[in-house]
Amino acid sequence: MPKKTLSPTEVYKHLPKTNCKECGEENCMAFAAKLVNREVALDKCPPLLTDKYKENYKILWEMLKPPVKEVSIGFGDNIVKIGGKLVMYRHELTWVNPTAIAIDVSDDMPEEEIVKKVKEVENFSYGYIGQKLKLDLIAVRSVLNDADIFKATVKKVSSTTSLPLILCSLDPNIMEAGLIEVANKKPLIYAATRDNWKEMAELSLMYKCPLTVFSPNDLKTLKSLTRTLLAYGVEDLVLDPGTFWNGLADAINNLTMLRRAACKEEDELLGFPLIGVPAIVWMEHNEYPEVTIWKEVCLASMLITRYTDVLIMHSLEGWALLPLTILRQNLYTDPRKPVAIEPGVKVFGMPNEESPILLTTNFALTYYTVASDIEASKVNCYLMVVDTEGLSVESAIAGRKLTAEKIAEALKESSIESKINHKTLIIPGRAARLSGEIEELSGWKVLVGPMDSSGIPKFLQEKWIKAQS
Amino acid sequence: MKKKDKNKDSSFNDFGFDIGKLLSGFQEVELENVEIKVKELEFWIQPFISSLIAPKVTAPPKVKPKEILEEEFHPPAMKYPGEIVEVKIGATKSEGGTRGKTVTIGGGKAPAFYLFESPPPNPPVISIDVFDMKIPLAKAVKMHVEDVLEDPAAWAKKAVEKWGAEVINLHLVSIDPLLKDTKPSEAAKTVEDVLQAVDVPLAVGGCGDPEKDLKVFEKVAEVAEGENILFNSVTLNMDIKRTAEAIKKHGHCVIAFTAMNMDDARELNRKLYEFLPRNKIVIDTTTAALGYGLDYAFTVMERTRLAALMGDVELQHPISSGTTNAWAAREAWMTMDAKWGPKELRGPIWETVSALTLLLAGVDYFMMMHPAAVKTIKEVIKKLTVKEEAEKIYNWVNNLKR
Repeated sequence: MPKKTLSPTEVYKHLPKTNCKECGEENCMAFAAKLVNREVALDKCPPLLTDKYKENYKILWEMLKPPVKEVSIGFGDNIVKIGGKLVMYRHELTWVNPTAIAIDVSDDMPEEEIVKKVKEVENFSYGYIGQKLKLDLIAVRSVLNDADIFKATVKKVSSTTSLPLILCSLDPNIMEAGLIEVANKKPLIYAATRDNWKEMAELSLMYKCPLTVFSPNDLKTLKSLTRTLLAYGVEDLVLDPGTFWNGLADAINNLTMLRRAACKEEDELLGFPLIGVPAIVWMEHNEYPEVTIWKEVCLASMLITRYTDVLIMHSLEGWALLPLTILRQNLYTDPRKPVAIEPGVKVFGMPNEESPILLTTNFALTYYTVASDIEASKVNCYLMVVDTEGLSVESAIAGRKLTAEKIAEALKESSIESKINHKTLIIPGRAARLSGEIEELSGWKVLVGPMDSSGIPKFLQEKWIKAQS
Repeated sequence: MKKKDKNKDSSFNDFGFDIGKLLSGFQEVELENVEIKVKELEFWIQPFISSLIAPKVTAPPKVKPKEILEEEFHPPAMKYPGEIVEVKIGATKSEGGTRGKTVTIGGGKAPAFYLFESPPPNPPVISIDVFDMKIPLAKAVKMHVEDVLEDPAAWAKKAVEKWGAEVINLHLVSIDPLLKDTKPSEAAKTVEDVLQAVDVPLAVGGCGDPEKDLKVFEKVAEVAEGENILFNSVTLNMDIKRTAEAIKKHGHCVIAFTAMNMDDARELNRKLYEFLPRNKIVIDTTTAALGYGLDYAFTVMERTRLAALMGDVELQHPISSGTTNAWAAREAWMTMDAKWGPKELRGPIWETVSALTLLLAGVDYFMMMHPAAVKTIKEVIKKLTVKEEAEKIYNWVNNLKR
């Protein structure tokens, strides 16, 4: 039965039915409903963890486990979880574990270059809707085919960063040399193939590391290998069906077929996280380096959209990774909930009674964009956030969620009037047409702000600071 | 980042070379190594799955296989009860128009590019935006069209001949009562000029004022009778009866535009069905920019397409996307810290990534602007439609150039 159609009654049957409320729910049925929606985990039910219910726990775990296995890379506090997907399409039940992005370094790079690149990966950060968008892993490639050099490179990387690692070599001897350096850090091994699977399987078992299975454009071999490796005792697999620029149709179709086989047909041999390697575009030289980066971004964005759980990238340019980290954030939000923040009056800096009051909506993206522009202006002020049910200014006006009545009401309820000695409200440029009506209903004076909030610093300087002095 | 000398390669058709040329019009930029103070790394992981604990069962000792245990792989193909109607845009002489070629969109019988089920009978089509008056454009776009900004016919010609526009998407923005308030007859004249200048099909867009758009559409539909223009667009707040009747009477087709809501899309189509045949209707469920709601746009389009394939007749129409909306994202046009690269690259990649995402959701008809983005999406569509032999990447680990 597809996981998403699992019914609470099915789950309830196997719960202890004690209604003990230890899980925080009113009764076992309510807990069952939350389990089905994946809002709570099984181990929140203490009775279920006792010996008496061992069998039930096992049944429920089987029922609820995601069709795509969750695999962890790294150790301790530095773990990246990939896979764990419950559904194929994000509107069915939200995607979990955003596609992890690894950036590569290779053992033919000078040491200082490696350190510099690793530091750049660590420092990559973009503030977006109150979050920091980050990169996740470092992939270390053996290029020189020398075990000692690879070992030294892995050691250098591992001592430079706490980011989890992917070790890349198809030669088991070189792989082992690298693994010895990070024995307890559980890097992802890349990769087992038709030719080296037995040795790689041994390494995976010995060092307790997840193992990638690499079978470019050959799903039959990929599936045969997963069956073999599972039989060998390796449990945590990651599948690479190959990433191609020439052969893109196959690359995309292979990923789609693998995810569908896992989610819709519950094929356990294919129910593992998928890895993509946009870095392959760097196998060719292009006279314009930005064209190669461009292709890598195109491949990566399609792979993020089509089910890839982890990516190995070569480029580290800001313009390449910015759209990818934002795309990943976008696609992994819960599509059932608008991204909204608490409405109310927010304070920036140390406003006094002469400080300006601006207005915006409670769509998270709108709010954080406006907030960062206000911060950039370094002007102390108040920001009134109106509840528009998580819609942007433009959509809220079109959908009648931002009206003069609502604004007048918000002004009244906020008691902001007692904190200031003026009655001037700055509204977004896109809400200009509400200005007359707001003035009429509230008795406040309205100042129409810029169309885009990036104009706020200039606006405040010219229309407020100068006007006051 | 360096520009290399440009006369090195004569293979103008080479994708990379072309894209390189299109992207190379910005000044050289040194990417600075910027230090950001980050104290700790946060991994954004949703908590509930991670707290599932595997049952502790002791498996019997395994007998390790010595050989590969062979398995069969069968493509997990499905059959769908529904399919997308085909909509033809433009008309040749024998069909009552003057176009050199027509384009047909839609006809899909499986989700986008599921080649293992059913290849798309009509690959997605790209139109390029042309405006009937000088409007503010992002610098990265403007630098390619500066010479034609005030001549829609010349702009259209350039878009077709230089960048391969399959359809011209003419926006009659000047008709806006708040702008030039151009009269319907004058707007119709612009349409005729563009029809003269190019032989590809035409889409004609209004200004968004429901009353003015209707008046202009009626006039344009009349003077361009038989050309099978795609009108962009009819909305729920327009006089649907009058719009649809004008479009039907003179043999055109229309985009039914709604704001990210499948119920609205169905409702608008139900109203249109009273006047127009189904194969004259394209739907547009709204495109939001990457980082500004692309996720909603993507999911509404994907759901719309899947619902249509599963038999929802009211949604079985080709999907259009105003991908140019990607330029509304400030990351696409704003000057940002040097570490984020020049906006001349950020802009077109923003449009490209937005388009690629929606391409995989099922969009059949793109309205685009930047030549490099257009070039890329055309190339990707070709690659996703016609199977080519996959690269031999077995040894990529050792073979990346730096």
